[in-house]
Amino acid sequence: MTIMQSKISTGSQAFKDNAARMAAQIAETAAAAALHGLGGPEASRERHVGRGKLLPRDRVATLLDPDSPFLEIGRFAAHDLYGGDIASAGVIAGIGRVRGRDVMVVCNDATVKGGTYYPLTVKKHLRAQEIALENNLPCVYLVDSGGANLPNQDEVFPDRDHFGRIFFNQANMSAAGIAQIAVVMGSCTAGGAYVPAMSDETIIVRDQGTIFLAGPPLVKAATGEVVSAEDLGGGDVHTRLSGVADHLADNDAHALELARQAVANLNGRGRVGLCQMDCLPPEDPLYDPAEIAGIIPADTRQPYDIREVIARIVDGSRFDEFKARYGTTIVCGFAHVMGMPVGIVANNGVLFSESAVKAAHFVELCSQRKIPLVFLQNITGFMVGQKYEAGGIAKDGAKMVTAVATTKVPKITMIVGGSFGAGNYGMCGRAYSPRFLWTWPNSRISVMGGEQAAGVLATVRRDAIERKGGEWSTEDEAEFKRPTIEMFERQSHPLYASARLWDDGIINPLKSREILALSLSAALNAPVEDTKFGVFRM
Amino acid sequence: MNTISKILIANRGEIACRIIRTARKMGIATVAVYSEADAGALHVEMADEAVLIGSAAASESYLKVDVILDAAKRTGANAIHPGYGFLSENPEFVEKVEKAGLIFIGPSAKAIRAMGLKDAAKALMEKADVPVVPGYHGEAQDLVVLAGKANEIGFPVLIKARAGGGGKGMRKVDVQADFPAALSSARREAKASFGDDRVLVEKYVATPRHIEIQVFGDNHGNVVHLFERDCSAQRRHQKVIEEAPAPDMPEDMRAAMGAAAVAAAKAISYSGAGTVEFIVDASNGLKADKFWFMEMNTRLQVEHPVTELITGLDLVEWQIRVAAGETLPMGQDELSINGHAVEARIYAEDAEKGFLPAVGRLMHLRFPEGDIRIDAGVRAGDEITPFYDPMIAKVIAHGKTRAEALGKLAGALGRTEIAGTVTNTAFLARLCRDADFAAGRLDTGLIDRNIASLTEQVSAPDAIVALAVLAASGMVPPERSNTGSVAEIGPFENWGSPMRSVTLEANGAAHGFRVLREGDSAWRIAGSGLQSSDMLLNAVECKHDEWAFRAGGVTQRCRLVQGSTEVAVFHEGLTHRFAKPQGSRADDLASGGDQVVSAMPGIIKQVLVAQGQEVKSGEAMVIMEAMKMEMTLSAPRDGVVGEVLVSVGAQVSDGVSLVMLQSEAAAG
Repeated sequence: MTIMQSKISTGSQAFKDNAARMAAQIAETAAAAALHGLGGPEASRERHVGRGKLLPRDRVATLLDPDSPFLEIGRFAAHDLYGGDIASAGVIAGIGRVRGRDVMVVCNDATVKGGTYYPLTVKKHLRAQEIALENNLPCVYLVDSGGANLPNQDEVFPDRDHFGRIFFNQANMSAAGIAQIAVVMGSCTAGGAYVPAMSDETIIVRDQGTIFLAGPPLVKAATGEVVSAEDLGGGDVHTRLSGVADHLADNDAHALELARQAVANLNGRGRVGLCQMDCLPPEDPLYDPAEIAGIIPADTRQPYDIREVIARIVDGSRFDEFKARYGTTIVCGFAHVMGMPVGIVANNGVLFSESAVKAAHFVELCSQRKIPLVFLQNITGFMVGQKYEAGGIAKDGAKMVTAVATTKVPKITMIVGGSFGAGNYGMCGRAYSPRFLWTWPNSRISVMGGEQAAGVLATVRRDAIERKGGEWSTEDEAEFKRPTIEMFERQSHPLYASARLWDDGIINPLKSREILALSLSAALNAPVEDTKFGVFRM
Repeated sequence: MNTISKILIANRGEIACRIIRTARKMGIATVAVYSEADAGALHVEMADEAVLIGSAAASESYLKVDVILDAAKRTGANAIHPGYGFLSENPEFVEKVEKAGLIFIGPSAKAIRAMGLKDAAKALMEKADVPVVPGYHGEAQDLVVLAGKANEIGFPVLIKARAGGGGKGMRKVDVQADFPAALSSARREAKASFGDDRVLVEKYVATPRHIEIQVFGDNHGNVVHLFERDCSAQRRHQKVIEEAPAPDMPEDMRAAMGAAAVAAAKAISYSGAGTVEFIVDASNGLKADKFWFMEMNTRLQVEHPVTELITGLDLVEWQIRVAAGETLPMGQDELSINGHAVEARIYAEDAEKGFLPAVGRLMHLRFPEGDIRIDAGVRAGDEITPFYDPMIAKVIAHGKTRAEALGKLAGALGRTEIAGTVTNTAFLARLCRDADFAAGRLDTGLIDRNIASLTEQVSAPDAIVALAVLAASGMVPPERSNTGSVAEIGPFENWGSPMRSVTLEANGAAHGFRVLREGDSAWRIAGSGLQSSDMLLNAVECKHDEWAFRAGGVTQRCRLVQGSTEVAVFHEGLTHRFAKPQGSRADDLASGGDQVVSAMPGIIKQVLVAQGQEVKSGEAMVIMEAMKMEMTLSAPRDGVVGEVLVSVGAQVSDGVSLVMLQSEAAAG
């Protein structure tokens, strides 16, 4: 394979300025990440630990193989929402390894409002299940939740993608042979009781986990019966009498060991997709991934060569480019990431017809060969103007979108810069169901740039005023445009996006290679299927 | 001449292995015998054939004469080597062996008997002009006679219980005036300890050294000596380090002692390997008239390798040739001393905690390679059981000089790696380097005098504790396997540092630690078990059990092994062991609830517990018969029996509570 040649001068002032700017953005994100990592307020964490329970992140760490990675999703969910104190939307989710098997872990954080489900908690839980389903990952639910957050019941209960969908997914994943394992480490009340009840195998912690459709207060109100939580739905009751749970554990650590044991007994194989791949021995990139920070221009309008990023992500900085001389605003080619083959589609400027057609061609190649696709998204959009419309850029863009939408190979999208307009679609935005979608702290996402949006609105406004014979000063126009620009700026920020789960998380760009590799290996738990494309408008 | 074609070794451990090696070299087949506890032992694996002779207790196996003889018969062995210990000095055994038409590789029953009774042996030696410790061993026990004898011998004297041993009923008396009181106190103690208050009086030897002479006789009246061994480094009469020759031994004294030992052997027509032990007064250096006979061991000694190394001979080979009827391979004037040899005995014992004997599975065992002799009877994975002597191995070094040999021994001990049980290796290495011992200023009191410095407890340095914690965390990713997997990434998180909690015993107490990954190969370890608040280990590399890391700017390498019960780090000649706490992993089937409930209708056959009795989880409580089957119902958890609700013979239906445990809250 071809070894890439970097043209970056790491000693240049621009490199240093860029690196400093990126470092500041990473630090800002890391600070937010740390806040979410803490969970609930100190008092509730202390109360939680005081009861002999492990904190949620310790639970996850204890469940996983100690020498294995954890690919967390949705860490920034609910950031600055619901008053700003619902860390990670009150639930930790991610892919980890248990006894060598990749599993999806969903862990309630009872220190955050009792682990109750806010709308974004539900959305995150469902996203985790979606990932598990698409990638054939057994699910381990570490349950400790008071159920639906009652003040938000209208946004968590009734709709299709609300609370009930969790159990629908459990049933259907179980039907698809994707194991569902629950560890009841706290409350599982009302609807929540169905998480363990719908699981294939359930573990409960003695004198700590409870499962019931109605808790003692509701029972008393309904029937007058007075009963303790433990006698109503504790571990002893459910493992000895009701059979709602299968294993009784002495404490958190014991329960997690039993969960590991349950995973060890799953039989079958993970990583079936990986077996279809022509893997190579993994190899570090020739160029230091840390240099990515100095490559991304501090000024977002400055162009740069995306190949410099690719050279710092792929094995041995080896990249076999496809159609390098054609449609040069998109870079396509084959490489390996930690030994796994990938086809990379990366923006290197605005999309023209040629670029779109080239990308569609490359997606076809990868689909034919069952090579996973990686999209490095940094796109302002498709080229506009009479010449390009007449040239059929809409139908060429549609070819790219069709290819990306219908391919069955795993797709992983990383937004490394801008993600605007139809470029987002062609480059496998959220709506195109990439298996994972990660963003960088410098990224921006919106239907178009804030300036352009404000400009469109201002033009309409000016036309209206001038049609009535009025006049509009440039100062007034600027004043008119300001809120729109500000709104776009705020709403396109990666934290704003990630808080709403438009992505699976903001990542540290310097860890892109690891995250890409983990995403790929997680995705390759499912077999890569044959693709049947839709009609390409010619 | 009898041809020895197949030897049964009536022993186990290192000596059995040692004998097999020589037999194999001589083209002689070997038969091992073993107890149930030794089924997988090294000597069983090494021998050509092996016969199970009974259960673990020595009295049920290695001391079972008839079973051993039967094993010899079944395997067609025509000779028996007894090793040391067990049946090696049992004259009845020798007689039975010979009666069965087999060759006993050792002295005659008569010779063993002659040396078996210590008083009679001393009398015999006096007759043969072998110097014995001046003393009175007569029947008279009244104060006047004994005090008179003490005067004749000359103070200081020792009063010793005749039936005694282990220092019980023993008193040192410095002046005559103290004699009566010391006598009555010694008698009282002798009576209490042995039921026999008779005592003897002996000269007290100041600055005593234990020097023994290796002798060898054949069936043709020849006896030679193979020079001396100094076994003065003792603790509670147990030899710790043995060497040959004795430091500062004058030629005339060696000649005198050799002659005395040969005379002793000739007096009993001794054949085979034997050792004549002398006590030596070293208060004014070694003098040819300052040694006295103590006893003769009519077998091969544990410490025989030091003699082999300075003479270049194989004593087991000599034993076998003599037993076959050959004359001694060499005469006295063909024998000479080459250099110096030192042997240390590695035991499973906690020297730092009063030499408590220890047991355990040797999860790791690695001896140094090179110019060093290791006589071991165990391999990695073997278990040190409480049934037998807890000796793990003998490490023997040879050098041109004593200093060279001691240096080699200390180095070898430092490179000896044993995990799974505690050993005295560090103590032995310290003894090698002890200023008095190294200078040859040794006597049998040396170890006791210097015990504090020899058994000093050394805390593990922070970096080593941190490394043990890191290893125990299991977080260090495997080496690059080039399998195309992402395994090599190791612990990883999108944001923040992967972290794991570890509980480990360090320097005597259990501590909680946190391990954080701070880079590809950088790990931060924090916890109360460290002297500093935390330790950063950089450039951590792990290849199998070899670890390298950088702490405080210093790169260090060491071996680290771990099993389910401990982590052991071998670092700078020391073994640091860190126990892993064994959490309660109660089987979730057994655990649960406060009561034992009948699972089906039946009749109570037995009630095995009573109210107030403490029970362990899984302990049988009630036996009932149901559907023609007997069922044992066990305690669901540890606890105290609160109430027994049924009695024997009761007919119960299913789901009935039979025994209640006290609730844990009440018990607590």
